[in-house]
Amino acid sequence: MQFEFLLEQVVNGLVLGGYYLLIALGLSLIFSVGGVVNLAHGAFYALGAYVSIEITNYLGFGPAMVLSPIAVAMLGILFERFILRRFYTADPILSLLVTFGLAMVAEQLIRILWGAAPISVSMPQGLKGSVFFGDFLFSRYRLMLLAVVAAVLVCVWLLLHKTSFGRVVRAGIQRPDMVAALGIRLQPYMTAIVMLGVGMAAMGGAFFAPITIVHPAMGAEIITVAFVVVVIGGLGSFWGVVIAALLVGVVRGITIHFIPAAGEASIYVLMFLVLLFRPRGLLGERIEKFE
Amino acid sequence: MQIGARSDALRGKNCNKYTFHVDIPSTVMVNAVGKALVRDNMMKDKKFYTLTADYIFGHDLARAAKSFFDANGGKIIGDELIATDVTDFSPYLLKIRQAKPDVVCSNLAGNQVTNLVKQYAEFGLPFPIVGFNLNTADAWAAGEGNLSGTWPTVWYHTLDVPGSKTFVADFIKKNGKPPENHAWIEYVSLKMMAQAMNETKSTDTDKLIAYFEKETQFDVLKGRKGYFRSWDHQLMQEAYPFTVKAKGKAKDKWDMLELGSAIPEPQESLEVIALTKEQNPCSM
Repeated sequence: MQFEFLLEQVVNGLVLGGYYLLIALGLSLIFSVGGVVNLAHGAFYALGAYVSIEITNYLGFGPAMVLSPIAVAMLGILFERFILRRFYTADPILSLLVTFGLAMVAEQLIRILWGAAPISVSMPQGLKGSVFFGDFLFSRYRLMLLAVVAAVLVCVWLLLHKTSFGRVVRAGIQRPDMVAALGIRLQPYMTAIVMLGVGMAAMGGAFFAPITIVHPAMGAEIITVAFVVVVIGGLGSFWGVVIAALLVGVVRGITIHFIPAAGEASIYVLMFLVLLFRPRGLLGERIEKFE
Repeated sequence: MQIGARSDALRGKNCNKYTFHVDIPSTVMVNAVGKALVRDNMMKDKKFYTLTADYIFGHDLARAAKSFFDANGGKIIGDELIATDVTDFSPYLLKIRQAKPDVVCSNLAGNQVTNLVKQYAEFGLPFPIVGFNLNTADAWAAGEGNLSGTWPTVWYHTLDVPGSKTFVADFIKKNGKPPENHAWIEYVSLKMMAQAMNETKSTDTDKLIAYFEKETQFDVLKGRKGYFRSWDHQLMQEAYPFTVKAKGKAKDKWDMLELGSAIPEPQESLEVIALTKEQNPCSM
């Protein structure tokens, strides 16, 4: 019985990891291509949640889940075009500062627009409750979320590995100078990557709004875990982030099973151990421009 | 005037001559809900699974809960310490399901309670859930159909007392929404301070302390007046358990809670729900 309980935690951890993935993958992509650590990533996650609630009030749950990430991705264009773009070749400390500042501005903006008190939102009645597979219990909503994440993951993988767009992006991660020498401007690609990354973060916010508290500081809560996932996974690696996200979810679940109070600490211990043995992260590639 | 923190320790071993506590402390919150649970036959011989916030307030609440359970025949079959930055409760919910308790009990704080309540409804576990601490704004944030069970509060805007009704009406006129518990705490704190300054004709700290320590009675917009207990500076006042209205019964999104009757009972002393001198190590 003990083993089954543990296995249940492992499977639940995988589901949770899928959710971390939505936030971390975009963060990793923006970092890999632009060399910018986007500390404002959590703000887009929070905006995704708030915008989805607004849209739900008018159009219902389904349309909100689609439209909110799109709307926030549009904001991402402005973010890239007017702010991020100036910092690709600048001292990294500057982009850290500017995105950190932006995160604070966004949080205050949310406070002004929607108020400081948390906002209530419920999931559709049909998605509530659990389903059993054998003796395993799953939240119905999270299973739906897992399916969405899997679909997004497949789409992003196809985009990066099976299209000419993806080839340029991957080449841009490794050798932006060579891409430029071939006469390809990386900037429009960067805009698209930021849109994609920010849109995924907003999607995470939209889908998590019904099962977590929606308040102005929610972005700051998620960004740390997203960073841990990116660091463990390693830069420039799609599968690194995927494996890291799942690993973080599972390690947290197993720790909570045995030492509940250490659940949150466990992911940092994991990061420490990974960095000790693989300073570049699990599947991190060697990226010359960062060396 | 200390208007937010609720741990017994602040009124106990860390009490201070210059601090007066307006909000109800852990023990009162536990007593408010505990008495309702005893009345509803949800205490004696019941198995409780508690989730406790891993800092002094949570620990304090858990200690108060445990002594209530011990005194009233409840059994704790599991207690998990929850780090204050936990937002995902799914691993804990799985453990709760495995433990099969009769009642799940939250000793959490702030918006963590909302997260727990939302995810508890998401998983749809069959065990009733109650808790010893929940702010009004966090209850509202849970959303319709997510919150259930019995919880404590220091005040709620539907309280049927003339003074309270006037305050609520004025507040709504100014802000467009009803006040939550903290608005009440801040309002009565300021009123008590103003009354003290008026009566003593002074802003001198020692004079104000002496005025409060006389156990002067204050109108705190409740059925009975309140007073600061002289030896631990805690405001003695009524507290309330609340439950959640059935779906469709709420007039608006702020009307979702059903306020229970005040504790202690009208004929009892206000001090019966507070820590006694033997239990409270406060010395100033």
